[in-house]
Amino acid sequence: MTNLANTTNIPIAAAKGPVPDPIQAGLAAGWRVTDCARLNADLTLEADVVIVGSGAGGGVSAEILALSGLRVLIVEEGALRSSSDFNMKEAEAYPQLYQESAARKTRDKGINILQGRTVGGSTTVNWTSSFRTPDITLAYWDKQYGLKDYTPEKLAPWFGMMEQRLNVMDWPAAPNENNDLLRRGAAKLGIPTALIRRNVNGCWNLGYCGMGCPTNAKQSMLVTTIPSALTRGATLLTRARAERFVIQGDKVAQLDCVALDASGHAPTGRRITLRARHFIAAGGAINTPALLLRSGAPDPQGLLGKRTFLHPVVISAGTFAQRVDGYAGAPQTVYSDHFLHNAPIDGPMGYKLEVPPLHPLLLATTMAGFGAQHAAEMAQFPHKQVILALLRDGFHAGAPGGSVALDGAGAPVLDYPISDFIWDGARRALLTMAEIQFAAGAKDVSPVHESAPRYTSWAQAQAGIAALPLKLLATRVVSAHVMGGCAMAGDERQGVAGADGRYRGLANLSVHDGSLFPTSIGANPQLSIYGIVARLASNLAQQLTGKPAAIPVRT
Amino acid sequence: MTTRRSFLKIGAAGALLLAAGGAAYRLTHPPAAPQAFVLDGEAGAVLAAILPAMLGPVLPADAAARQAALDGVTSRVLGAIHGLPLGTQKEVQDLFGLLALAPARRLLAGVSGSWREAAPEQVAAFLENWRHHRLGMLQTAYLALHDLILGSWYAEPSTWAGIGYPGPLKELQK
Repeated sequence: MTNLANTTNIPIAAAKGPVPDPIQAGLAAGWRVTDCARLNADLTLEADVVIVGSGAGGGVSAEILALSGLRVLIVEEGALRSSSDFNMKEAEAYPQLYQESAARKTRDKGINILQGRTVGGSTTVNWTSSFRTPDITLAYWDKQYGLKDYTPEKLAPWFGMMEQRLNVMDWPAAPNENNDLLRRGAAKLGIPTALIRRNVNGCWNLGYCGMGCPTNAKQSMLVTTIPSALTRGATLLTRARAERFVIQGDKVAQLDCVALDASGHAPTGRRITLRARHFIAAGGAINTPALLLRSGAPDPQGLLGKRTFLHPVVISAGTFAQRVDGYAGAPQTVYSDHFLHNAPIDGPMGYKLEVPPLHPLLLATTMAGFGAQHAAEMAQFPHKQVILALLRDGFHAGAPGGSVALDGAGAPVLDYPISDFIWDGARRALLTMAEIQFAAGAKDVSPVHESAPRYTSWAQAQAGIAALPLKLLATRVVSAHVMGGCAMAGDERQGVAGADGRYRGLANLSVHDGSLFPTSIGANPQLSIYGIVARLASNLAQQLTGKPAAIPVRT
Repeated sequence: MTTRRSFLKIGAAGALLLAAGGAAYRLTHPPAAPQAFVLDGEAGAVLAAILPAMLGPVLPADAAARQAALDGVTSRVLGAIHGLPLGTQKEVQDLFGLLALAPARRLLAGVSGSWREAAPEQVAAFLENWRHHRLGMLQTAYLALHDLILGSWYAEPSTWAGIGYPGPLKELQK
């Protein structure tokens, strides 16, 4: 019988609201979870495998390794929040669930980055869009990076396994108006669109995925793989920042962590030392390279932290006569890949079209201008429709990605210059989006840019956007997809990790997150991480146990 | 209202002043482990002057309601700043510290008298100038103020009726 009193230092509360809370129930059932903000002494722990990060890569790894009989310990910088906390309010969600209150930025502050920082990582706050890695991306990896085992056929069973595990499904409800206007406008112009698959189970179609799912319908790591690993005896440390791997010879000897206070900003002074046979870095494509840089990980080719990709996003806002109510309903259900396929992958920059959910705080910070101009935009809030273009970086010398370095305090800083090649893609994307919005019946359209007016016809927009000076800071550029920086490649001259996710030069360290990708994906990356990491973690489990890995199934 | 004034066009001298202003500010605020943001003295006057210009017509006309709205958004801006990493809080502190220095206020922001006496049009002209400024540092300062203030305004449920947003499902509120 487990001694329940000793398994967690988090006060167990009854679920708040009408929806059962599986996290509170798990804590009550004896999950081993330590909130390091509450530690009043230093801590030393040992496990078979220590995993840094509890997002897409860490969550999938934790479940497969724990089900395979290994003692797993997960370190998470964010706090453990659950449906009892998820109130569908931006002012609460952004500080609690995102890196830097959802205001993480590149070095020159030109690009705003949305990344999760909570148990479940970005999967707790993403918009549920589920795409397998596009075939053309995998073909490019095979040809350019020697990743022979990353063919659509060889990965298909792993994508299939994770789609089953996370209930990735065709979304049965009709798209909301925000999405449907993309579909209708594109159809008028003969641009094909398709429907987005979603990892949800019993979704209420509310539209608040970005603030943490209040009904536990989203099959994020928070409610799937992490609970499964914890039920199998894994340990979770929250509000613990992985500071550095201590390297001895060709091995990681231990991981040094610091406990963060309840605000998540300052160390409390308590230190945590973690020892294991094997270590997995899965903190995401900014924090994983930064951890490895702080650790002095071997990097003979100078590749670590380089080629960091963002799918830089430019934005077009239209105003419609009818209500669009972009806050209501599944946030992303329609997309178009037409402009990813109408030129070679290594030709002029391609872009994927999607829409974002519209909520007051996010829209208010996104829309340009102030005073009367801004107030006039916000007064149209229910009538606004917004399209995003995700620019596919990493396939051309003009879009080589950015680089992660460390500031004086050891915190990561991402430098991401935007070349004329990328601006060319951005301009074509802004033109495309405006044309689609006018075709869908928009009264006016404006690219989100400090100097762009609200154009009232396609002809006007076409001339205006063609002449718009596209520069960072004046043009709103954002990202929710950080990839690369610890690239895997068949050849050591091209990547710090091998095709098996093992970090070159360190015998007991693997990288299991989006930082492995040698280019961007060209699609929302969550399912790429799930499927690829499922294979990496299964092979690792087999190597560590000498037995075939367990297969996770949805319960 | 938004015509650029010659004194707002910063040349090399202005850039030097910017550096000198930062140095002067740092002299009086020696480096230490990053601390949480504090809205002290003149910084409070800076924010109080910028808020009405950034928010414009969304502020209520009635004096008491207007003051209550300004008090509310001030406290939300502080809360938003406190949600940022300490290093970023320090940058915001430096921005307010710089704006509070009289030479920077005059030459960088173009506000001649004190912030307490600044006319709304004068503050709006300053914001418009920084918004389009060729110095990236001033553009980022404008954008930080834009995001902190306008984000904090619309974070508040009482502002939602004004933009036709019904708010999240009441049944699921805790």
